[in-house]
Amino acid sequence: MSRRTRSRKLAADIGLLAVAAAFAVPLAWVLLSAVDPKADVGMKTPDGITFDNFDAVLTDEITFTPMLNSLLLCGGGTLLTVVSAALAAYPLSRYASRLNRPFMLTILFATSLPITAIMVPVYALFVRVDLIDTMHGTIFFFAASQLPFAIWLMKNFMDGVPKELEEAAWTDGASPFQSLLRIVLPLMGPGVAVVTVFSFVMMWGNFFVPFMLLLSPEQMPAAVSINDFFGSKGAIIYGQLAAFSLIYSTPVILLYVLIARRLGGGFALGGAVKG
Amino acid sequence: MTASPGHRRLTRSLARALPVSPAVVLMLLFLAGPIGYCAYIAFTDLQLTGQAHESFVGLENFRTAFGDEDFLNAVWLTLVFTFLSSIVGQNTLGLALASLMQRASKPVRTVTGAVVITAWVLPEVVAGFLLYAFFRRDGTLNAVLDLLHLPSQNWLYTLPILAVSFANMWRGTAFSMLVYSAALNDIPKEITEAAEVDGAGGWRRMWHITLPMIRRSIGTNLMLNTLQTLSVFGLIWVMTRGGPGNRSQTLPLFMYEQAFQKSMIGYGTAVALLLLVVGSLFSLVYMRLLRTEV
Repeated sequence: MSRRTRSRKLAADIGLLAVAAAFAVPLAWVLLSAVDPKADVGMKTPDGITFDNFDAVLTDEITFTPMLNSLLLCGGGTLLTVVSAALAAYPLSRYASRLNRPFMLTILFATSLPITAIMVPVYALFVRVDLIDTMHGTIFFFAASQLPFAIWLMKNFMDGVPKELEEAAWTDGASPFQSLLRIVLPLMGPGVAVVTVFSFVMMWGNFFVPFMLLLSPEQMPAAVSINDFFGSKGAIIYGQLAAFSLIYSTPVILLYVLIARRLGGGFALGGAVKG
Repeated sequence: MTASPGHRRLTRSLARALPVSPAVVLMLLFLAGPIGYCAYIAFTDLQLTGQAHESFVGLENFRTAFGDEDFLNAVWLTLVFTFLSSIVGQNTLGLALASLMQRASKPVRTVTGAVVITAWVLPEVVAGFLLYAFFRRDGTLNAVLDLLHLPSQNWLYTLPILAVSFANMWRGTAFSMLVYSAALNDIPKEITEAAEVDGAGGWRRMWHITLPMIRRSIGTNLMLNTLQTLSVFGLIWVMTRGGPGNRSQTLPLFMYEQAFQKSMIGYGTAVALLLLVVGSLFSLVYMRLLRTEV
């Protein structure tokens, strides 16, 4: 390695580490504050290490009910998304039709619409049809908003499964549904995993949708209930807020690590989104 | 009686289209429906409460909007927010990180990637809290500035739009980094090496060779970043609620305030419709850039 290449490498390393350090500061704050008995808004070395903050937030009201609500909402929404997307992707991937192209173009268009913009009319509509403040209404909306991207991904993954593999099953008299369930989906396991995890992570982190469509506190998911640490209850207890943030964020970070590993590096999602 | 061939073909097409129907029904009811409803109530005076029937008011809401200083303020702040955080911030920093990663050593690359991606994977609200704490008067940023003997200030009060723009950059850079890393990996090594042999320096290689070769990724990435940034709500809501006053109130927050705090659903929806139209235009441009084989 020439001296020039080596010094360029060193410069690149230093540059990256500087950015990484800047990005890490807020992350370090949440980790330190969560175990600090006297956590404050600024970063400091903890005054000892304690799990009191976790103890304080691990109650039904603060953690378990909101997390369970999140799980119901996002689990339900993801299940509905993945099942409908898999069903829809099958004919789109397997049969030639004049309608496929316009359908996929509409889907692609819908993937990038700003969902935030339609939340006010969705609220007004939900009031009218009595779906406001219901879990199932919110699940339906979550699924519908995630479906365009899920169908897009699912169809592309399904195109990668050769048709010949199904033909044996066809001759044995299997229905298209059996062939999808027994042959195609198992063969595209990683693809299904990506769609599932991606949908779930998007819903888990979404604040605006449940914030608008759910009203009663006992139905709120963690994304909204975390706001209770602010405002009406007086001074913010930063240590507990940090502890709760960690509890709430852990599932999505674990899921991301799971699929990133499975696809050989974090670059896969970027590639998938790139089309 | 036997079915005619045409009849049988129709039955077959319907049977084949059947699996698509759950997805289509969901999207029609919960996406297309609200979009249509949006286009309707934007032209009415619908309010949150105490009104028997809304009435059609034509372009009144839009006329109000363009004469409303708060609306124009929101448009301006949305432009600033999008320009700073998405076009300058996420996009440029993402490209810089991706090109540094091409040369850096593996452990540094892994660590940086992990930190930047963690910021991206965190739920929006959590990211909002972390950066709220970071920018507060007694927060970490000011502590660092004091340490360096630089002037500190109450960022969320003096420069709220800058603070939320930085927050969005912190949260969104990973996506650009991933897109550009993939694009840079696709450039054949021989091309950059040939340019190096010809004596082209780092910046000239970047400008004349790398950037033109990844221009499609740049276009796609800019579009997706912009679309994502246009609809940021939770991050700003958690950090500043759009304040102080309305000094960080971008269009989504303005829309929310008009519809729910001032009960003017019709007016709020008109603003939403404008946002939707801008989003659709970007989306169409994005599709042209992508030009994929569907």
